[in-house]
Formats: sequence, C-alpha cells, structure tokens
Amino acid sequence: MTFHKFAISALSLALAFSLSGCGKTEDAGNVIKIGSVAPLTGPQTHIGKDNENGARLAVDEINAKGLMLGGRKVKLELLGEDDQAEPKAATIVAQKLVDAGVVAVIGHLNSGTTIPASRIYHDAGIPQISPSATAVAYTAQGYNTAWRVMANDAQQGKALGRFAVGKMGAKKIAIIDDRTAYGQGLADEFEKAATAAGGEIVAHEFTNDRATDFNAILTSIKGKSPDLVFFGGMDPQGGPMAKQLKRLGLNARLLGGDGMQNANFLKLAGADAEGVVASSPGLPIDSMPGGPDFRKRYEAKHGPIQLYAPYAYDAVNVLVDAMKRANSAVPAKVLAELPKTDLQGVSGPIKFDAKGDTTGGAVTLYEVKDGAWKVLETVK
Amino acid sequence: MDIFLQQLVNGLVLGSIYALVALGYTMVYGILELINFAHGEVVMIGAMVALSVIGALMGAAPDLPGVMVVLAGILVAIPACMALAFGIEKIAYRPLRRAPRLAPLITAIGVSIILQNLAMLIWGRQYISFPPLLPRASFEFFGAHITLLQIVIVALALTIMAGLWLLVEKTRLGRAMRATAQSREVAQLMGVNVDRVISATFIIGAAIAAIAGVMVSAYYGLAHYYMGFMLGLKAFSAAVLGGIGNLFGAMLGGLLLGVIEALGAGYIGDLTGGFLGSHYQDVFAFFVLIGVLVFRPSGLLGERVANRA
Repeated sequence: MTFHKFAISALSLALAFSLSGCGKTEDAGNVIKIGSVAPLTGPQTHIGKDNENGARLAVDEINAKGLMLGGRKVKLELLGEDDQAEPKAATIVAQKLVDAGVVAVIGHLNSGTTIPASRIYHDAGIPQISPSATAVAYTAQGYNTAWRVMANDAQQGKALGRFAVGKMGAKKIAIIDDRTAYGQGLADEFEKAATAAGGEIVAHEFTNDRATDFNAILTSIKGKSPDLVFFGGMDPQGGPMAKQLKRLGLNARLLGGDGMQNANFLKLAGADAEGVVASSPGLPIDSMPGGPDFRKRYEAKHGPIQLYAPYAYDAVNVLVDAMKRANSAVPAKVLAELPKTDLQGVSGPIKFDAKGDTTGGAVTLYEVKDGAWKVLETVK
Repeated sequence: MDIFLQQLVNGLVLGSIYALVALGYTMVYGILELINFAHGEVVMIGAMVALSVIGALMGAAPDLPGVMVVLAGILVAIPACMALAFGIEKIAYRPLRRAPRLAPLITAIGVSIILQNLAMLIWGRQYISFPPLLPRASFEFFGAHITLLQIVIVALALTIMAGLWLLVEKTRLGRAMRATAQSREVAQLMGVNVDRVISATFIIGAAIAAIAGVMVSAYYGLAHYYMGFMLGLKAFSAAVLGGIGNLFGAMLGGLLLGVIEALGAGYIGDLTGGFLGSHYQDVFAFFVLIGVLVFRPSGLLGERVANRA
C-alpha cells in the first residue's frame, strides 16, 4: 500500500518535471500551455468565467488558423484555474501553473489576486497579462513580467472624480470602499481627483466583499447629507447598496467603477438601479473597433458577454503577437518582445508604457436608464 | 436624532432576523446540548427553495399578485426545511446521541459544509436576486425611513416568538420539551417519547428558519449559497449573548446584537475621531459579546431557564 502510494507520487513528480521541461525549452513539444486564472467559484463566478471564455475564444481562433513558431506548427492549450478571488488561493494556483510549465498567464481577474500572484510569475520569469486587474500597485512593483491591457485605477479614478464634480455637479461626496486592493485603490484615486476638482469628501466608510448589509454605514452617511455616494467595489455589494440607499431615503446619486458596470448589478439592484452611474475602462463593446464582430463570435459559443471578455481575448492576442515576433514561445524571448507591442485589439489599439500599463486608457461612463446601461460619454 | 432613530430601526430589523435564527440554535442546545451548526444552512435552503417556487410561479402564473407568490414560496419552503431538519437529525445526530459531545459537533459542521455544497450544485454559485414582488411602500417617522417590509419582518418575528413561547409553556408538546431538556432519562421514564420530542424541536426550529430565510432574501433582495454561514454565526453569537438554551435569551440576544452592530457601524468612526472606521463593525459587536461573557459567562439571561422553571 505504502509502496503503491510512493510509486504514484514518484510518477507524478517525474511527470511534473517532464511537463515543466517541455514548457521551458522551446522545441520540446508542439503544445504551448497558457494559464488563465479567474474566480470560477464564489460571487464573482460570472465575471471569472467570462474572462476564461474570452481567452478561450482567442486560443480556439488562433489554433483554427494555425500558429507557426520556429518553423513548426504549434498548438495552444489553455489551462483554466480558479483563484476564488482569494489572495491565498491565487498564489497556490499560480505556483500550480508554473509547475505545470505554462509559458504565460492571462489573469488574474481581481487586483487583490493578481498582485500576490505576480511575484510567483516574476520569479519564474513568465509573462503575466491581466485583462482586468486595475490596481496601480500591480505594475508599480518593477516586474518586467507584469502587464495589463486595461486602464488602471489611477486613470479610472481620475476620470470618475473629475466627472463626479464636473458633469454630475457633486459638492459633498461620501465614499465607501470594500477594503480590497481594487476597491480601495479606486476609491483612493477617486478621492484625490474629486478633492482636486473642488469636491468636499464628507465621509469615507468601509465594508467588505462578502457583506450584504450597508444600512448602518448608509445611515451614518445620510447624517452628513452628501449629494453623491461613490462605491469602490463589485456588483454583489453594489446591487444591494443601491437598494438600501433608496430605501433609506438618501438623496444622493450612486457612482461606481467597472466592478459594478455589468448585467448582474442591474439584476441585483432591480428598479433601484435607475440613475446609477458607473465607469468601465476602455470603450463600450459596440463602439470598440472590433466590438460588434467580437460579440457575434463570442455569443455564438459562450452566451452573453458579462464584462471583461474582450480584454481577456486581447490579452491572448497580445501574447501570441509577441510570440510571433520572437518566433518562439520561450518566456524570456516573449518578454523581450512585449514592450514593442502595437496591436489593433478588439478593445482598441494596444501599446504599453515602460511599466506595462496600456497607453490608450480610455474610460467610458454609463448610466442606468430604463433598466439598461446607456453610454454617457467616453473620457481619456 | 433622526439618524439615531434610523440606526435603531436598521438594528431592530436585522436583530429580529438574528433572533429568529438564534431560536433554532437555542432550542436544540436546550434539549440536546448540541450546537447545530447546520442551522444557518437550513435558513439558506429555505430562501433558495422559496426563490425557486417564486420563480416558477412567476413564469406559470404571471398575473398572480406579488404577495401571494411570496406567500406560496414561504409555504413550500417551510415543509421543505422541516423535512430537511428531520432528515439531518435522524441521519446525522441521532446515531451519535450517546457519543462524546465533540462527535455530533463535528458532524454538525460536516452537515453544514455538505448542505452548502449541495446548494451550490443545485442553485449555482451566483447571487440570485429576489424579484420585486413586494410593495415598496415606505413611511417617514421622525425623519427615519421605515418600509412596509421592515414592519412586516419585525411584526412577524415578534408574533413567531410569542407563538413559540406559548407552544413551549402552554402545550403538551411544550411540556414534553421542557421535561426532556431537564432530564432526558426521567422524561423517558415518565412516558415522554424523547425521540419524537427531539424531532419536533428540530422541525419547529427549521420552520422558523425557513421564514427567516425568506425574510433575509426579501430584505436584501438576494440569496446565495453561503448566505447561511455568516448569518448562522451571528445568530449563534446572539444565542450565546442572551444565554444559550434560553428562549428569551435568544430573542434578547438577537435584537441586541442587531442594534449593537448598527449603532457600532454608525457611530464608531465619529466616536473615535476616525481612528476606527466602520469596517470595525463586526469587531465592535464581538467585543461586546466578549465583554458580556467575561462578566456573565452564561449569557445575559443565563442558561436553560427550563431547568429552573
């Protein structure tokens, strides 16, 4: 029995070695493994699955077209992993992917998971392209392996802060953040920009990314009579928050970031979603250069787009584009080519700055009208 | 003043839900000295079943008034939860009744995890939204906003508590429950069918849990497979705060915990000059809990009044 167990573990160890071997040397195999990490369980499942499907669509299309690297035909294989939106789980699956010999990772979804995982990818020397992590800290660590294809929180928070004070005419502003790297980062950038634009911050309250009861903090905010409440967080909290805000008779607009700007928010907030404003980095899917066409191809396979699928799709294409220029899938060679990226993605032109952020960085604001997100305007 | 009143309303609504769930913990503890950690999950299953029924009814009979649809949801959820609790007790706890006390406790945690995962398989991992069926009427009362739903929740909770008290104090079943709580062996010798009494305790707790589940999901507008976990933990704390095993303790503990949480989250920032923010809401509530337990280890009203009644 013990011998049996030993044999199995020895075998799997050998297998792991052979696998990592084939990832790291260029021509050992015809299959190139790419990791994709997003929460596939928990409240953000729908967004996580959306990211994975976006990446999968790109991989399927590239495989269908056929990819030649170093004179031989190769096939991409996407390994999807679940990080449960938990920093701890994120580092475990990151290590798992590195051990499985992936040459690059598309992910993670949340800033809170992307940042701790980025150290592991950096140590392994493999490129990581996040489709949706927007915390400034992610690319500010000085890692040459950390990239993203979406505007960061500084860009988004700045746009939101200016918009709140300028176009929405807010004078007294209350802020709530969910204490995650994403929510806090966005709220802090918003606070800076709103203050700079002449708004007064009357309250800064906190919640967490599992909460459903915001009555107490909203009541406390009500006492300070703001005309705008900004929430840095995701839709599972934003939805009930919009409801409770109306129920308490709080006479203030609700403003949020991209974590709220999705179909699920509308479902959770119901009629109380009306008038809520939220931003999303990049362009609305139908104003993206390749948007309508992407929507058709995506929905034929995976159903309605939730949120970031176009970005996950672009992230894979950025990666493969760099592989093609390097004529290799060796991570070091791909990394050397990534800064030269100049690609027309579904979401728009993609170029990187020295830190690995996109230089495009458009942010679009949406408002809920008649139960649907309607574009207000796109700001740079 | 209006803000304080509003926080009090927030706390009372939350507290009456805590109290209802706490009753389930305290009844089972009173009789078996078992902490039924799966109770929070029964609440969750109640909400999920009700939402499924509501969804199906809205599809089948779209003209039915909203209140009727929700009522139908509750009426299906109650027997579903009763059957579930009966099954849990029979399969998971009864065989361990003579085992050391730790064994059923671990089993309870196991049952809780199994139920959570089952719910995830059946209803999925997403947040399920509660359809806007109930009237959205709202009243202003000295500047505090109170919705009809909040009034119904508190009134229904108080009615259930009063009903349960009557059941325990005035009926044959109630007398049998009190006898079993005092001494299982003696009650058995006196001709009380202890197995039936224990089953009944679980079933009554589950029926209340089902109602609480529908209340929570209607109040927050959503349901989720892990919604029972934190709610269960808070309700259990409420039961301990009031004195576990004591019905009035659970009611008092639940209401108190709700109010403390609301006031804590609302005022802690201003009281500490911004040093501690509203994210210390739970810390504050548990700080009070620890404080009470240090000075009154058996809770505010003491354990198991039934013993001394």
